Amino acid sequence: MFEILSKEMLTPIICRMKVSAPRLAAAAQPGQFLIVRADEKGERIPLTISDFDRKEGTVTIVTQKIGASTADIIAYEPGECFADVVGPLGLASEFVEMPADKLAQQRYILIAGGLGTAPVYPQAKWLKEHGVPVDVIIGAKTKDLLIYTDEMREVCDNLFICTDDGSEGFKGMGTNMLEHVVEEGHKYTQAVIIGPMIMMKFTTLTCKKLGIPAIVSLNTLMVDGTGMCGACRVSVGGKTRFACVEGPEFDGYEVDFDQAMRRQGQYKAEEIAANENHVCKIGRGK
Amino acid sequence: MANRIPRVAVREQDPKARATNFEEVCYGYNREEAMLEASRCLHCKNPRCVSACPVNVQIPEFIAKVVEGDIEGAAAIIAQDSSLPAVCGRVCPQETQCEGSCVLGVKGEPVAIGKLERFVADYMHMGDAAGSSAPSAEAAPVSDSERPAIKGTGDRVAIVGSGPAGLACASDLAKWGYDVTIFEALHKAGGVLEYGIPEFRLPKDKVLKHEIEEVKRLGVKIETDVIIGKTVTIDHLMDQEGFKAVFIGSGAGLPKFMNIPGENLCGVFSANEFLTRNNLMKAWRDDYLTPIHAGKKVCVVGGGNVAMDAARTALRLGAEVHIVYRRTEAELPARKEEVHHAIEEGIIFDMLTNPVEVIGDEKGWVKALKCIRMELGEPDESGRRSPVPVEGSEFEIETETVIMALGTSPNPMISKSTAGLETNRRGCLVADEEGATTRPGVFAGGDAVTGAATVILAMGAGRTAAKAIDKYIKG
Repeated sequence: MFEILSKEMLTPIICRMKVSAPRLAAAAQPGQFLIVRADEKGERIPLTISDFDRKEGTVTIVTQKIGASTADIIAYEPGECFADVVGPLGLASEFVEMPADKLAQQRYILIAGGLGTAPVYPQAKWLKEHGVPVDVIIGAKTKDLLIYTDEMREVCDNLFICTDDGSEGFKGMGTNMLEHVVEEGHKYTQAVIIGPMIMMKFTTLTCKKLGIPAIVSLNTLMVDGTGMCGACRVSVGGKTRFACVEGPEFDGYEVDFDQAMRRQGQYKAEEIAANENHVCKIGRGK
Repeated sequence: MANRIPRVAVREQDPKARATNFEEVCYGYNREEAMLEASRCLHCKNPRCVSACPVNVQIPEFIAKVVEGDIEGAAAIIAQDSSLPAVCGRVCPQETQCEGSCVLGVKGEPVAIGKLERFVADYMHMGDAAGSSAPSAEAAPVSDSERPAIKGTGDRVAIVGSGPAGLACASDLAKWGYDVTIFEALHKAGGVLEYGIPEFRLPKDKVLKHEIEEVKRLGVKIETDVIIGKTVTIDHLMDQEGFKAVFIGSGAGLPKFMNIPGENLCGVFSANEFLTRNNLMKAWRDDYLTPIHAGKKVCVVGGGNVAMDAARTALRLGAEVHIVYRRTEAELPARKEEVHHAIEEGIIFDMLTNPVEVIGDEKGWVKALKCIRMELGEPDESGRRSPVPVEGSEFEIETETVIMALGTSPNPMISKSTAGLETNRRGCLVADEEGATTRPGVFAGGDAVTGAATVILAMGAGRTAAKAIDKYIKG
């Protein structure tokens, strides 16, 4: 069983939990994800690993309440256990395996949208620890939905914050922020974009315009996360790839985002029905 | 004369009723029926059924015990060679193995060996309820204190995967005194028995769970949620955790697709996804959260057991179901009983039909499956007549869902993460006839080595490897 050691609500619907999972923590790398199944009747929910501590044997997950299963995950309290936490899944970020001489030439810009800020954090942390220049853009609709701003400041060279309504930082979206930062004279060899599918699509287009290679992390549908079901298949450069074992990170220029967005919504009708009928099984209301 | 008795028919759920539920199709024999059927066995001097069984169950011997009414004695004989009799009695292709070589089958009907094996196994934990539709108690989980103390040297052996190969290998090794741990990637033990084979063919709580608990009772530990090659590597198990040998029974889990246009449309699923959602994740039950999509009309592409399972599952979820297969009914690789059951339940068989494109609507969902008619040409290397497209015969089948059941290949996760493990061009692990891979101390068997095959062949390979592991450790 996988005990929840701490829990905090970062926003009214985004929750951060530290979970005991020693084997997983020992193997985790930036860019990878895990799967949580809260209880016997829950779904297997893929979540990004937003931090790990090998010594403590813990992983940190950040969950946003979007459906019945994520609501169940968030309802757990410290001292309780998830039925299953399995991983790390997927491949580590490209820089983890990069030869030192190549790494030394890189300047990264990590662009995070909403919940995507959580998985950006271990990437920035890793780059900072390895002396690679790294800037971060965090974008959100409004000030109250910003997460990880203080933590991120510690692990990057420049942190740029933007909100759609201008309630904090630059007024505009991540794409506008990126253009602005580049106009100011910042130069990057590589962008990593993590956020909602639509945000990754448009930020990739902006990167293309600015001539910055872009890696995106795809949060596709999955069941097992080990290559078995194929629910996660995406078209990358015209070829079908499995995001769970060949990703989750891909060259954004090559990803068919429109198809990926349609596929992501495949069970929408079933999910809406589940949400309407959902009675929390562990007695915590809706 | 014993052989004048006709084969005792087995009672089944009515096809109309079962097409709408997930209860087991076949009720199995009760004690009386089993004893009568057992009396048909001729007890051949050279029983061909035994050599036709991949794990060599002593068939005439256990049947003799059934005739006497000594079901416990029969179970003990089966247990020498098989740790999963209730499973095998239900899912083995008996017609090509034990029953296929039964002498009685030459002129009439072979002894119903599979049904007898199933009865013996069911009787041992259900008693007189075996052979009835009455629900039986769920198996009680084996606690750590119930596990027998390790008797032999206690050398540690790691098993990768808790499917049929892994369970069979683990059972033998545990009986010989090894300290065995099975690592399972999913949250439940059983491998394909849990995620692949549907409830109506192999009840999970009633039958499978019980057999897995029996394996645990032999002393085998099962650690779920550990993905070898990701969570820990084989090197780590051998170098850091003290495992003397490793058996890889990780199966063939990667689904194949056709690589035709439109395959990534919404509403196209691999049979693996469809079945895993329904079986492992219990989408058919209202009290589980997993969504599943069948719609009003489903086309299942393929003709094997997995295709039949997917089709019959979709039917039970309320769809009209077509099996689309490029050869004829005679070439269907599925178990005969499954085809028979599928026809009875109302599955429509579109034979000599091969998809060329999945056609989508403006929202990116499947609208139709474009197919071409086929005819049978010359026999290919497998001896089956190979299908050839009939030029200009393309047509469309309107459908909401397409399920691809075209076979599977081994997962490269382990071979990629383990130095010294060779694979062949099909991605299967290279192993000799005893299961030894190219890396010392690492053995493999089942679908991970052969590509997709049957439960019983995987069990046979697991047992063979267990012997080789014993020899390897004893040096």
